[in-house]
Amino acid sequence: MIEVEHLYKSFAGVNVLEDISVTFERGKTNLIIGRSGSGKTVLMKCIVGLHEADRGAVIFDDRNFVEMSFTGRKELRKEMGMMFQGGALFDSLSVEENVIFPLNLFTKMPYDEKRERANICLKRVNLDNVNKLYPGELSGGMKKRVAIARAIVQNPKYLFCDEPNSGLDPKTALVIDDLISEITHDYSITTVVNTHDMNSVMEIGEKVVFIHQGFKCWEGTREEILDSDNEYLNDFVFASNFAKKIKSLTSKNS
Amino acid sequence: MKNISAFGKYIIFITRVFSKPEKTKIYLQQTIREIESLGINSIGIVIIISIFIGAVITLQTRYNLESSWIPLYLIGLTARDTILLEFSSTMVGLILAGKVGSNIASEIGHMRITEQIDALEMMGINSASYLILPKILATMVFNPILTIISMVVGIFGGWMACIVTGALASSDYIYGIQYWFIPFYITYALVKTVVYAFIITSVTSFHGYYVQGGALEVGRCSTRGVVYSSILILLADVVLTQLMLA
Ligand SMILES: Nc1ncnc2c1ncn2[C@@H]1O[C@H](COP(=O)(O)OP(=O)(O)OP(=O)(O)O)[C@@H](O)[C@H]1O
Ligand SMILES: [Mg+2]
Repeated sequence: MIEVEHLYKSFAGVNVLEDISVTFERGKTNLIIGRSGSGKTVLMKCIVGLHEADRGAVIFDDRNFVEMSFTGRKELRKEMGMMFQGGALFDSLSVEENVIFPLNLFTKMPYDEKRERANICLKRVNLDNVNKLYPGELSGGMKKRVAIARAIVQNPKYLFCDEPNSGLDPKTALVIDDLISEITHDYSITTVVNTHDMNSVMEIGEKVVFIHQGFKCWEGTREEILDSDNEYLNDFVFASNFAKKIKSLTSKNS
Repeated sequence: MKNISAFGKYIIFITRVFSKPEKTKIYLQQTIREIESLGINSIGIVIIISIFIGAVITLQTRYNLESSWIPLYLIGLTARDTILLEFSSTMVGLILAGKVGSNIASEIGHMRITEQIDALEMMGINSASYLILPKILATMVFNPILTIISMVVGIFGGWMACIVTGALASSDYIYGIQYWFIPFYITYALVKTVVYAFIITSVTSFHGYYVQGGALEVGRCSTRGVVYSSILILLADVVLTQLMLA
């Protein structure tokens, strides 16, 4: 479980996050949704300490991350896996080496076992026969999938995914969503996913937090989303005219 | 004020770079890889430059000492001492600041803006130490070798100039480069080289490590890193010379 308490963050005097308090539960896929530029990535990076929050606390199962020392944080980070928006794969390493990388540094596994573990993870994200390719030779969606494989290779207790399926075709996006939700339930980890894809929200959003211009605007489950009367949320969820029409039709019928 | 806070940031950065490595074996492998990419790949440019500058130093000394009462072997001696004292350490240091320094700054800067450094941190790795310590060790170990290569090749270049132009008899030159040889000059040059290697690598990687923005900023940080490290090299040159030769 991750508890975020009264988190503030600003860049050069501009407030990006204001008074965010939210709890991400264990064994559930927690989604952070919001328009582009609303502060999702910044919030995620504040939670994992890549951005220093101005104020507030982030508590990982009773351990206050914000107050920890450099070494303490390093240890706690070994329990986290993170997939970045752009993939952040190491350019100089092949796909397989990228996935094996965390194992090399922190385990004493023999090489064959490490490779096997990497291959299992790559299979889970539907990647075959790319082991020897370099990140420069992959498509954007493939990079994301390798990044997810790398994030889960160490069996993390906390998994963070920044827009895991933006730029993927709907079918692969679904596979990724299911994969994330499967891992979350199988190993009972605390998963936080940034997204602005409504398909993912409806598919895997067990808990949904809506961020609007740096404020937490709404939170609830995916079922509650459609009936909410929060103006900003409705604006986000029913962004297209098509969706608005469907909503007005269904509400007339009921 | 800005400079003072940048200096403080640099000191924190350096202590982080030198904190205890995660897994020594991997750091050693990285260091060997860096010796290849930062050191061995610089041998070519060091040889070319040293040959020409060695030749030029010899010819300039020759044409500036026209008067008849100066023994000609002193030209060999002067060329040798210029190469040993200043050229092979400081000039080569400045050239490496340009070549190796810009390479380091843009590599680290690129890793920063593509979130690769964040990814390392998220794995629980001390990214500053993992990325930069091997580079610092590699250059501090290998740059002295480059300096020695430069000395040998530079003196050889001077001899070539004598032969090709006939400005000075080969025997005078050879007698000169052996005359009144002070071995401490080599120690002095190598000490300078090691200090320069530290300056080049740490200053340029510092600039790359804290870059913000996009590709444009990476280009700028690499230029700034090279300029700062060049100035610091010259400053260190003055300080070390006063300390070691006075
Ligand atoms: N390092 C930074 N320095 C200054 N401002 C920043 C920085 N990082 C983000 N911001 C600002 O914070 C705001 C939120 O950015 P963020 O990246 O969190 O958006 P996002 O919700 O992830 O959007 P997207 O869906 O497009 O990824 C933006 O206005 C951005 O300009
Ligand atoms: Mg984002």
